[in-house]
Amino acid sequence: MDLKILQQLNIERDNRRAAMVVTNLVNGEGQLVLEADEVDGALGEAVQKGFRSGKSGVVEVEGAELFLNVHVPSPRLVIIGAVHISQALTQIAALAGYDVKVIDPRTAFATPERFSGVELQADWPEDVLKDSPLDAYTALAALTHDPKIDDFPLQEALRVGCFYVGALGSRKTHAKRLTRFSEAGITAAQMEKIHAPIGLNIAAATPSEIAIAVMAEIIETFRKRGMVGS
Amino acid sequence: MQQATLNDELKLAEQWAGDGKSVAIATVVETWGSAPRPVGSHLVIDGDGNFEGSVSGGCVEGAVVAEAMDVISSGKTRMLEFGVADEAAWEVGLSCGGRIRVYVERLGAA
Repeated sequence: MDLKILQQLNIERDNRRAAMVVTNLVNGEGQLVLEADEVDGALGEAVQKGFRSGKSGVVEVEGAELFLNVHVPSPRLVIIGAVHISQALTQIAALAGYDVKVIDPRTAFATPERFSGVELQADWPEDVLKDSPLDAYTALAALTHDPKIDDFPLQEALRVGCFYVGALGSRKTHAKRLTRFSEAGITAAQMEKIHAPIGLNIAAATPSEIAIAVMAEIIETFRKRGMVGS
Repeated sequence: MQQATLNDELKLAEQWAGDGKSVAIATVVETWGSAPRPVGSHLVIDGDGNFEGSVSGGCVEGAVVAEAMDVISSGKTRMLEFGVADEAAWEVGLSCGGRIRVYVERLGAA
């Protein structure tokens, strides 16, 4: 491997961008492929499959044995709202291997007692996301019901292309949300990416059941996603 | 920005190279059966035999480090294969019963 490839790979990993090192196992030549790169032919298919699955492996392309080492950032979940559902969702998400963060400016909700062992920020999403921005490998679940808190992070999630964007609220609430977003210049195609009502339809009734429905939807979206990123 | 974790072997390899050290990178490229480390796992080795990361649960790292020394001095890549059945050939094996293929290459100059 060239040092240049390793240096660039480490930069991509630092910035939570997917990257792949393609090594020709016959002649030792290496190449760094980024998710936005266009790769033609049989290798292109293998590259796309690798980014989608996040799995590394050996492929045979035009008689050459190639090793594709996929480096995909670990998925994260940002929850807006330190509400009852979030208490269960933080636990389920951690179980599924997600890094989790909860943001809620309402200090009555965002207490360490209610979210023991969870990364919790009792600030406005506008302020928190400035320091730690969302990205394509982050899921955003907005659960406060309050447009003053939910709208900004939802729009930001659509803008950066979070792999999952979900918003709690009835169909009626969501219709009002779409009117506001439309007035704010969000396109119809972008708005279609919002999962609302949030969660898989498993007729969930309790906060814990809703949390399971939300997590299942996040996992499904991540595992079935196409090419993500800019 | 994510902070470089203490045990990030790819960061360490870059740092070693920056310090002027010779470095080899070993990578698990294929596994069969119950292999302890997934495909893509790295073990990085410097010219003095210091290493970080793993390609197995500790069963074959010693052998990989020894091979890496040769790769560093010769500059030639090497493909190693380990498994229970290969004990005679390599004198080390995986106790888990799996089989792994490990690619060892030298980290080249930029």
